[in-house]
Amino acid sequence: MKFGILVNEGPFQHQAADTAYHFIKAALDRGHEVHRVFFYHDGVNNANKLSEPQQDDRNVVHRWSKLAEEHGIDLVVCVAAALRRGIKDEILAPGFRISGLGQLVESGIQADRLVVFGD
Amino acid sequence: MSEVTGGVEVEEEIGGTVKKFMFVNRKAPYGTIYALEGLEVVLISAAFDQDVSLVFLDDGVYQLKKGQHTKAVDMKNFSPTYRALEGYDIDKLYVEKESLEERGLTADDLVVDVEVLTAEEIAKLMAEQDVVLSF
Repeated sequence: MKFGILVNEGPFQHQAADTAYHFIKAALDRGHEVHRVFFYHDGVNNANKLSEPQQDDRNVVHRWSKLAEEHGIDLVVCVAAALRRGIKDEILAPGFRISGLGQLVESGIQADRLVVFGD
Repeated sequence: MSEVTGGVEVEEEIGGTVKKFMFVNRKAPYGTIYALEGLEVVLISAAFDQDVSLVFLDDGVYQLKKGQHTKAVDMKNFSPTYRALEGYDIDKLYVEKESLEERGLTADDLVVDVEVLTAEEIAKLMAEQDVVLSF
């Protein structure tokens, strides 16, 4: 099955980003395809490469970049939501790109299931 | 058009696919940004010629409340945007009956014409959708 994913919450305040990540890993392990993860609302903060969690904690931003690199997943940050929150090209972690909400709607059309992770 | 749709060339890339998109609005209009940013997705979806509907339930029914005065909280009153949805060919607006009643509201208190449905009827509609986005 082909999945599209929507992440609506920031990387640490809320569990949504963690749950989305583990869902994607489990889906890939079972041979499903994840074609895009779209980051919206405070979810755009998942793309901030300036994030420096403590050494003994998971690195949420780095984890997304690794997922994109290893599985070729398209990580898209909503431009309108990103600009409001100061997320710009110069602070994007590897594997992320900034684009419009049309990418989310397109994901809903192209994927067999669009799964929303949020509050 | 590609600027509006985030670089997606609608005709070429989705090839006439029409899916049923339902946007579920559950939160009060101010206090969190979900309602405002959720509405932005609804407006973009109109450019893709999909079968779009909106549901308002829980505190989401307050998004449609008439007479919103936001000056004192220094927030933009975006409730007039709901009246513009018709211009985007988005005219399936459903409001959950139970949520209205719990808050002492009726359809007359809302800025747009809506269809009031019970939770059970909304659940049925939801089950028929291809894509459900909840904000």
